[in-house]
Amino acid sequence: MSSKQLSGDVKVKRKFKIDNWIPYLFILPSFLIIATFLFYPIGTVFYYSFQHYDISAPFYNKFAGFENFVKIFTADKLFFPSLMTSLKWVVSQVGLQLIFGLLFAVMLNQTFKLRGFVRAIAFIPWAISGVLASVMWSLMYNEHMGVFNDILMKLGIISEPQAFLASTSSAFIAVVIAELWRGIPFFAITLLASLQSIPEELYEASDIDGANKWESFIHITLPHLKNTIVLTTLLRTVWEFNNVDLIFNLTGGGPANSTTTLTMYIANLAVNGSDFGYGSALTVISFLLLFVFAMVYLKITRYERED
Amino acid sequence: MVNSRSRTNKILFFYLPLTLMFTWTIFPIYWTINTAFKHEGDIVKRPLEYFPTAPTVENFVVAWNNVGFATFFKNSLIVGISTVLVVIVLSTLSGYALSRYKFKGKRSFLLMLLATQFIPRAMLIIPLFIIFKSMGLISNPLSLIITYTAVEIPFTTILMSGFIGNIPRDLEEAAAVDGASKLQSLRLVMLPLLLPGIVATAVFTFIYTWNEFLLALMLTNQQSKFTLPVGLSFMMGEFNVNYGALAAGSVIALIPAVILFAYAQKHLVNGLGGAVKG
Repeated sequence: MSSKQLSGDVKVKRKFKIDNWIPYLFILPSFLIIATFLFYPIGTVFYYSFQHYDISAPFYNKFAGFENFVKIFTADKLFFPSLMTSLKWVVSQVGLQLIFGLLFAVMLNQTFKLRGFVRAIAFIPWAISGVLASVMWSLMYNEHMGVFNDILMKLGIISEPQAFLASTSSAFIAVVIAELWRGIPFFAITLLASLQSIPEELYEASDIDGANKWESFIHITLPHLKNTIVLTTLLRTVWEFNNVDLIFNLTGGGPANSTTTLTMYIANLAVNGSDFGYGSALTVISFLLLFVFAMVYLKITRYERED
Repeated sequence: MVNSRSRTNKILFFYLPLTLMFTWTIFPIYWTINTAFKHEGDIVKRPLEYFPTAPTVENFVVAWNNVGFATFFKNSLIVGISTVLVVIVLSTLSGYALSRYKFKGKRSFLLMLLATQFIPRAMLIIPLFIIFKSMGLISNPLSLIITYTAVEIPFTTILMSGFIGNIPRDLEEAAAVDGASKLQSLRLVMLPLLLPGIVATAVFTFIYTWNEFLLALMLTNQQSKFTLPVGLSFMMGEFNVNYGALAAGSVIALIPAVILFAYAQKHLVNGLGGAVKG
């Protein structure tokens, strides 16, 4: 466009310009708050990971180079075990939540009396906080007043009350079960929404072709759910990797660190106010692990966003 | 014959799993309520009471007055309502920009919103603590309101832009023809139609703030500023746990979240399902 043309139509141009700025004005506050309180802090984590940074002893704070990272991989006795615990935690959570979530969704998609009510109840744990769920399950696991001990003893499976959360053999499983309770509804909700978008005709057609229920589940339902499953499992993996609410409140990472995931380890360091530089270095490593995982996962599942 | 077999099948493969699912979901909640209404001595009594034989509200009184749940409840309410107000205004504006305008950088902004969904929340606890400490906002509800807004805005913006996209453009154009300014048409034409979407977004945001634990724990170090999750956690960690009051406190914390969830369930399920489906 030449400048002559522009100068000939100044008024229109100016009005046009103000309209142009409206979307930017509208997104500006959101952009600023995201940039300042999400992206900037993430940036500083990378910075602190190269520092010795102890908030209670600021005099000793200094540049650390790669010292924190070297320490993690060579001297930290908790790093690799906690990474393994994270892996166990994420795989068991996401895998079981997906299986049971799918089961719940398929059941809740059938027609039966009181379906609306049962659906509402089935989704409730999604709205319940990790801390609240911790209280509920700790009341049930309790050695002296817990309902599990009562039932298991009545059934003759155990003869003495057990402290499920204090024993290395049962603590991890106990926390996994409690978190499942809270996690399944998320999958049930998203998968149910996806199930409802499958056209009924597809099932009718496969019925006419003589397919049984299982076959139409494999050939119609699952392919249709694929994208939802890929995305929800990915989001959930990131979420469960970072989720410490139940571990923090049920076991605090114990006994003998048997429930200390990498994030729990970081949370303990952060809450106890030890070297933030070291905690940041651990955070950077978990971020990179998740990032690589997400890339690889999206690649191998050939996820495609429907537009 | 065939009929009775298929009925047995239906009971075995549908109603039985359905009942198990229902029991599994409801029992922990029931047990907490059951515990909350028992006298202190009855909680540990053998045989265990599956139903409070002599129900009492003393646990609720203790939790509310002596343990500090009145304060925790008030703090959670302040943080929750403030965050909801800020989030609604900001995400309506940015959602409107996304669904109604084509502009340079729109794709990058959308990408930025999506990228935030992959930021580990736990990654934020250390740097945010340092930032808010330097601002003198530790144990100040403002630090939580700001943090929760930042965490929620990306998702609620996408949610709101979806809701706004469902409202026909013609309505606004008609308002513009009638001489309404942009803001007037937003307020008078869009807002009433958007109300269900706004309610869903508000409930979603409120439940998040009501339940969030790790950031609240990190950014609060005075008991008088604890939100409900931090208060509950603090109580669980005490040497002599008062289980009755703990259960009662849980029921108190549970009620608003469940009522809001029940109220907005349909919208939330559609919104959440839709947002994840993409």
